[in-house]
Amino acid sequence: MFSDIQLTNYLLVGAFLFVCGVVCMTTKRNGIGILMGVELVLNGANINFIAFSRYTPLGLDGQIFSLFVIVLAAAEAAVALAIALNFYNNHLSIDVDRGDELQG
Amino acid sequence: MTSEQFLFWLFAVLTCGGAFAVVITQNVVRMAFWLIVSLGSVAGLFFLLNADFLGAAQLLIYVGGTVVLLIFGVMLTASGPYLQIKTSPAEGFLAGGIAFLFLVLIVSTVYAVDWDHKSQLMATHENGQATGIGPQPGYNPEQQGNTTRPIAFALLGMRPDKDLASNQPADLMDTGDVDDLSQAVYMGDEMELSTGYLLVFEIISVHLLVVLVGAAYLARAKRRVDASEVA
Repeated sequence: MFSDIQLTNYLLVGAFLFVCGVVCMTTKRNGIGILMGVELVLNGANINFIAFSRYTPLGLDGQIFSLFVIVLAAAEAAVALAIALNFYNNHLSIDVDRGDELQG
Repeated sequence: MTSEQFLFWLFAVLTCGGAFAVVITQNVVRMAFWLIVSLGSVAGLFFLLNADFLGAAQLLIYVGGTVVLLIFGVMLTASGPYLQIKTSPAEGFLAGGIAFLFLVLIVSTVYAVDWDHKSQLMATHENGQATGIGPQPGYNPEQQGNTTRPIAFALLGMRPDKDLASNQPADLMDTGDVDDLSQAVYMGDEMELSTGYLLVFEIISVHLLVVLVGAAYLARAKRRVDASEVA
């Protein structure tokens, strides 16, 4: 188990982060908790990008793409937080199950 | 166990444990704390992968910016009874089961692929010759863990890390003679400069500006205009 660190090790960590993020997104009813799940998913993808950048001929492209992912995640967090604040102002709660006005 | 292995397992356990704690914790503030643990350990993994600039950016932007933003969101939206919004245990078990199956799917996929063979195929496809596994010889900033300047060049549309590393016979690279290297670069049969990411960089810049305006507009304090004030 404690053998040399390979690409697979990092891929497994990224996979675990991804699954944790997906579960966080689907089970949390708190809007902020869903945002945290999104961050976990993006970080799992970033680990994969940088592991491939190190262990394959991908080179620096993986690092640059994960830089874009980090920047876009920051932008997404800002906009989603603004939406969450608006949601809270309208519903006096952050429970996403209450946002069902658009239900047919 | 070498220090690299020790650090990898330390950061990997912290990352996975933090992420798992984020999932099972019901209190939002504690979720934010475990998110900080997890994202900081991810930054440690980035440093282990020789991505020094990315690790620093991860610490600055994620741990310093995004999580602080999320904590502000928690503070602005947490009101007494709604601080803990529980999901029912049945939903939790269902989600856990599906998540376990999903994890098994991804892990089996990771183990099913022969990554070394794929790397060789990729290297052959890129250079027209098999250069073996791993990065090519020559100018490999990602191997030296000094990536700030190459990333900046790539964002400006130039790729010295690719142009200096490929299209050259390997024996020239071994000698390390500067004159031979420059001749190999400029006297090659077909000299093609690799493309960078200038357009993506510009799109990201405009996107950040739009997000700035949009977030400020969405989150602004709304002031009700009284009818008497209008009249």
